[in-house]
Amino acid sequence: MNVDLRILRYDPEPPSVALAEGTPSAGVAAGTPSAGVAAGTPSAGAAELTGRPSTPPKPHWVTYQVEADPMDRVLDLLIKVKAEQDGSLSFRRSCGHGICGSDAMLINSRNRLACRIRVDQLGKKISVAPLPGLPVVKDLVVEMSGFFSKYRSVKPYLINDQPEPERERLQSAKDRARYDDTTKCILCAACTSSCPSFWARPEYVGPAAIVQAHRFIFDSRDEGAAERLEILADEDGVWRCRTIFNCVEACPRGINITRAILEVSGAIVGRRG
Amino acid sequence: MDHPFDAIVVGAGGAGLWAALELAREGVKTAVLTKLYPTRSHTGTAQGGVCAALGNLEEDRWDWHMFDTVKGGDYLVDQEAAEVLAHEAIETVIELEHMGLPFNRTPDGKIDQRRFGGHTRNFGEAPVRRACFAADRTGHMILQTLYQQCIKHGVQFFDEYQVVDLLFEGGEPEKGGRAAGVVAYRVADGQLHTFRGKAVLMATGGFGRMFRITSNAYSLTGDGVALCYRHGIPLEDMEFFQFHPTGIVGIGILLSEAARGEGGTLLNDKGERFMERYAPKLMELAPRDMVSRAMYQEIRAGRGIGGKDYLYLDVRHLGRKVIEEKLPDITEFARIYQGVEPLTEPVPVQPTAHYAMGGIPTNVFSEVVRDEKNTVVPGLFAAGECACVSVHGANRLGTNSLVDLLVFGRRAGRQMARYAGTVERPRPIDDAVEPIRARLDAIRSREATGESVATIRHELADVMMDKVGVYRDGELLTEALAKVRELKGRYSAVSIADCGAVFNTELLEANELGYLLDLAEVMAAGALARTESRGAHSREDFPERNDAKWLKHTLAYVSPKGPTLKYKPVSITRFEPKPRTY
Repeated sequence: MNVDLRILRYDPEPPSVALAEGTPSAGVAAGTPSAGVAAGTPSAGAAELTGRPSTPPKPHWVTYQVEADPMDRVLDLLIKVKAEQDGSLSFRRSCGHGICGSDAMLINSRNRLACRIRVDQLGKKISVAPLPGLPVVKDLVVEMSGFFSKYRSVKPYLINDQPEPERERLQSAKDRARYDDTTKCILCAACTSSCPSFWARPEYVGPAAIVQAHRFIFDSRDEGAAERLEILADEDGVWRCRTIFNCVEACPRGINITRAILEVSGAIVGRRG
Repeated sequence: MDHPFDAIVVGAGGAGLWAALELAREGVKTAVLTKLYPTRSHTGTAQGGVCAALGNLEEDRWDWHMFDTVKGGDYLVDQEAAEVLAHEAIETVIELEHMGLPFNRTPDGKIDQRRFGGHTRNFGEAPVRRACFAADRTGHMILQTLYQQCIKHGVQFFDEYQVVDLLFEGGEPEKGGRAAGVVAYRVADGQLHTFRGKAVLMATGGFGRMFRITSNAYSLTGDGVALCYRHGIPLEDMEFFQFHPTGIVGIGILLSEAARGEGGTLLNDKGERFMERYAPKLMELAPRDMVSRAMYQEIRAGRGIGGKDYLYLDVRHLGRKVIEEKLPDITEFARIYQGVEPLTEPVPVQPTAHYAMGGIPTNVFSEVVRDEKNTVVPGLFAAGECACVSVHGANRLGTNSLVDLLVFGRRAGRQMARYAGTVERPRPIDDAVEPIRARLDAIRSREATGESVATIRHELADVMMDKVGVYRDGELLTEALAKVRELKGRYSAVSIADCGAVFNTELLEANELGYLLDLAEVMAAGALARTESRGAHSREDFPERNDAKWLKHTLAYVSPKGPTLKYKPVSITRFEPKPRTY
């Protein structure tokens, strides 16, 4: 079948702008060493040499006609466009089956992983844009460092200063099940970037970080709940959640994120009570 | 830009993260470089489990695990390494639990264990419960847990820095030079950075992307392996590449062996459990090379489903509870990628290119060795799939990839910390970035009229799948080698459309294709030379294992004319080679 694939393209480097300092200098003839080209020399003329098309420095929609199988994933189509129509299309991808979390994007107005959504689930008109609410680097690639620094802020690691036993710590299947759901998180950012509270206030720690905190707060082996709850009781913590449920809908792992957030806020209230 | 460190870890999968954790605990100034974000690494896709002879559900012993590993590897395994692997697996898994890994639990609260292919009790008697697991996302939990611990210990990460060259001081490795650092390309803006360090670890994973049907991530392009090869370090046993029996038809995504470990069966078109004829004792839990060959035999005999090139994996009889609690992810994969409901339908499967047994040769301290005499390259380390220590020999057992990267990643970190305490930091190297700058510039500045990266990559994937796959012979391999060399020639004129600096993935893919071509040539050349069948290397023109001539490791050295092959002996300490039946 023929699919109209609309992609929101963004090229931060219009050809008229010199390349950043320290970039490899284009314009050296194939195979010759670039001796004499000092590091940091802007390589003017790169665009003219390679004939890069002129692109305005703001996002714009480009439609590609792609021949697709109904069982193809959106990721397959993006790879096809890059291989056959425009090699300069940039997007992240790695495992290609929903585990690594690289290829979350806005597909037909919903955050999803491009490798987990099929053409037959979307129809013949498919639109793809970068995750909302995060700065765009190029095309479908967004800046992730802010997302990961929020993740790090909730102490996402087991805290237990007791001496370690010789063998494994024991944990009942029931205690293990208590936090099972939130161990599934792959840090793809689909939830956080779908959250209107996050759009309104980028300082909000966001659903993904709360999910990661939940995974430890409700682990019977962990002793760091008090520290994490204090962090999450902050003005940019759990109280920003307005239970809009966008995150639950966006999560490609099927995690009940809003419930996790409510359990964390319940624990904060319970501690104060 | 120059970054002085003491230790540099390239790759942030399980091996790299555990090494970094050991280094951080020792207070060694360490940089971890990854071309992805750490949590995107391929360790995260491992599903079924990690074997360790804990004996939580039935008697088990680490020397049984060692024996299974040696026999599973068709006796090409270095037995001193297998001993380390099986023995240290136990403390390694316990340590992971202490770090917080959410293992499934037995009724009495211990780590739960299940059966896995080739893992047996009492030297081959019957399957044993040895694989420790967290549902069917064991790798995901290992990757997350190690990353969490690295954050806790303040490890410094350089995310989306792709290593594109290695640096040595005092000459190249063959002249006795020592590792001095790496050159990395920052994906965000195209800048080249040098990272200087006393100890450098390659933990860059495999290279299954040279095959058309593979379980491997798009990022598995053999970067570290190819860079070592180009710097004169020989590659070991590259002809041994594992095809996993149960990939999703056409796209190769893996359905874990855990499905069979829990009791899933393989059926042909007649509804027969055909493994009865090939491995009567272990059936579906025979090692992967044997199951994949059995599947090809069935397909060739016309017993594929509907006469086609796939068979059925059947888990229906396990019941909803087992499937949903122990195999949730792979059930989802079948639903999403095949539109099949495993609760009520058998799942179509075919072998998929999965794992490189070979790679950068190392000793049991994860130090890279550069010749038949195992001479150490000072300061250079390798661990995980990119390395060959060799614990997998001619065929890896299920879960032993995780055991390998954990045990030898941990050892690498400890040895790097010791080594870093004994030497001075290398001095800055003049023009360190120039060779790679020239290579990338050449690709980028060519007229965009040459062949595309995708064209050459597709042709490579086809020839490797069709001629260097599960079954091989001299004629096919000769053709494959010629084709790969033709592609290498054409690659020298490859061109790209994107000449930008910001997130130019086309440039990086072009560079990675060069790695795949080099490694494909080594694989085909090694396979052509090895005139026997052993483990995953199955020659139809030489169907028998030949210990008299071939009980030895291949070492492939780079040369202008292609790989030069030499050989080194296998370490045999406990188990003399025997015929391999199950």
